[in-house]
Amino acid sequence: MSGAWSRFAAPAIVGLVVLAAWEIAVRTGGVPPYILPGPLLIARTLVADWGTLAPALVATLRIAALALLAAVVVGVALAVLFTQSRWLERSLLPYAIVLQVTPIVSIAPLIIVWANDVTLSLLICAWIVAFFPILSNTMLGLNSVDHNLLGLFQLYGAGRWRTLLHLRLPAALPYFLGGLRISGGLALIGAVVAEFVAGAGGSGSGLAYRILEAGYQLKIPRMFAALVLISAAGIAIHLLLAALSHLLLRRWHDSEAGRAL
Amino acid sequence: MSEVRAAPAGAIALRGVDKTYANGTRAIDGVSLEIAAGSFVSVLGPSGCGKSTLLRMIAGLIVPTDGRIETGARGREIGFVFQEPTLLPWATAEANVALPLRLMGVDAADRRERARQMLARVGLEGFEGAWPRELSGGMKMRVSIARALVDRPRVLLLDEPFAALDEIARHRLNADLLDLWRETGVTVVFVTHSVFESAFLSQRIVVMSARPGRIVADLAVDTDQTRDEAFRTSPAYGATCRRVSDALREAMAA
Repeated sequence: MSGAWSRFAAPAIVGLVVLAAWEIAVRTGGVPPYILPGPLLIARTLVADWGTLAPALVATLRIAALALLAAVVVGVALAVLFTQSRWLERSLLPYAIVLQVTPIVSIAPLIIVWANDVTLSLLICAWIVAFFPILSNTMLGLNSVDHNLLGLFQLYGAGRWRTLLHLRLPAALPYFLGGLRISGGLALIGAVVAEFVAGAGGSGSGLAYRILEAGYQLKIPRMFAALVLISAAGIAIHLLLAALSHLLLRRWHDSEAGRAL
Repeated sequence: MSEVRAAPAGAIALRGVDKTYANGTRAIDGVSLEIAAGSFVSVLGPSGCGKSTLLRMIAGLIVPTDGRIETGARGREIGFVFQEPTLLPWATAEANVALPLRLMGVDAADRRERARQMLARVGLEGFEGAWPRELSGGMKMRVSIARALVDRPRVLLLDEPFAALDEIARHRLNADLLDLWRETGVTVVFVTHSVFESAFLSQRIVVMSARPGRIVADLAVDTDQTRDEAFRTSPAYGATCRRVSDALREAMAA
């Protein structure tokens, strides 16, 4: 009872108090909506502009989801390769790190020029931002196997493949899921940032473009409405991945065992 | 030169075995030891005397620097129990016991049947579906022993398996291990630093000195008496403990 209270009611009350204070401040201070709209106006705009914002939300989420999927595939594949071959790790890991530390805004224009396709270039940008936590966490997990268990597998004549399948991969799962939760948020950020840089308009454009567009047109409440949607999408991704983590680990891993969803 | 060659089924022979690690540490120095098939031998010594190294070399997990090790058992015919239960945390007790069979490609139905039988043998009937984190330390060790015995190995190697358990659990596991040994006829090599444990369990106690590990005493234990709880207060047990303690003291002084 007190657990559910502190998990849901407490943050909800904090949120409501902040929103109420915001609304009161905007009204009593006479702040014009083009400087700072109140939460009620933002909510009304969200409803009124839903026809424009909903497809933009879908477009952004689509890029984020595809980028996350690509990050999982490439990140896990590289992690497995790197832990199987020290040579591959030494040759390629530095470049993965270069990719990670390069600010995405500084290479996004190049990628947009090279990819020559808006969706593909957004996808590549979001993928670059999202893939490294999955790679590094999964590598850590694959290398964190109990050495006695490795000895046991050796004793029973399990080769590389069986050791990977029955020992290293399951042992890496909690680490991978930790990386996935970080990458989920990053994929969304990557998708939004890349679209800001691309500035691509049109019917298939995402939330970032709607924010830019609203800014040019001084439709500040719409800007805020789009921002609310991005935050909501981020929270939804986080909850979804947390639920996935709970589902996969609750029976055996200390991080999730004994916790309610 | 080192090699592993066949000895009679279940027997183990070490001939002039040395082990020097890459960092220069001499772990084992000229150990020769013959262990008869079906016997229960304890290897006793202070921490750092290379007992674990010796056991791992018998299992083939470490290669000796010099000398020969002959075992009448290869790979999966050896069961190994570590100091920690070393279970897969993502697998149930039954799946953990079935692991060796799974790695050998035994089919699922057969695996399940044999794992269940083995769990019942170590007193864990009804815990087939339990996860390691739900089990006590003693129960986890029972699962670990069941896993080591599930494929009916000829040789069972135990590396201080009960060191982390409380005395009550340790005494019960000692008695149960003896039962399993008698029932299966497996050759047991039991590494311990406990004089009392070795005196209670073994037919023979090999005492090692520390750094580098050498055999300093090889004691036969009177085997006529029944090893039950009454044995723990018997004069024969007391005398064995005394002999082993003396040998260990000499080993540590050496």
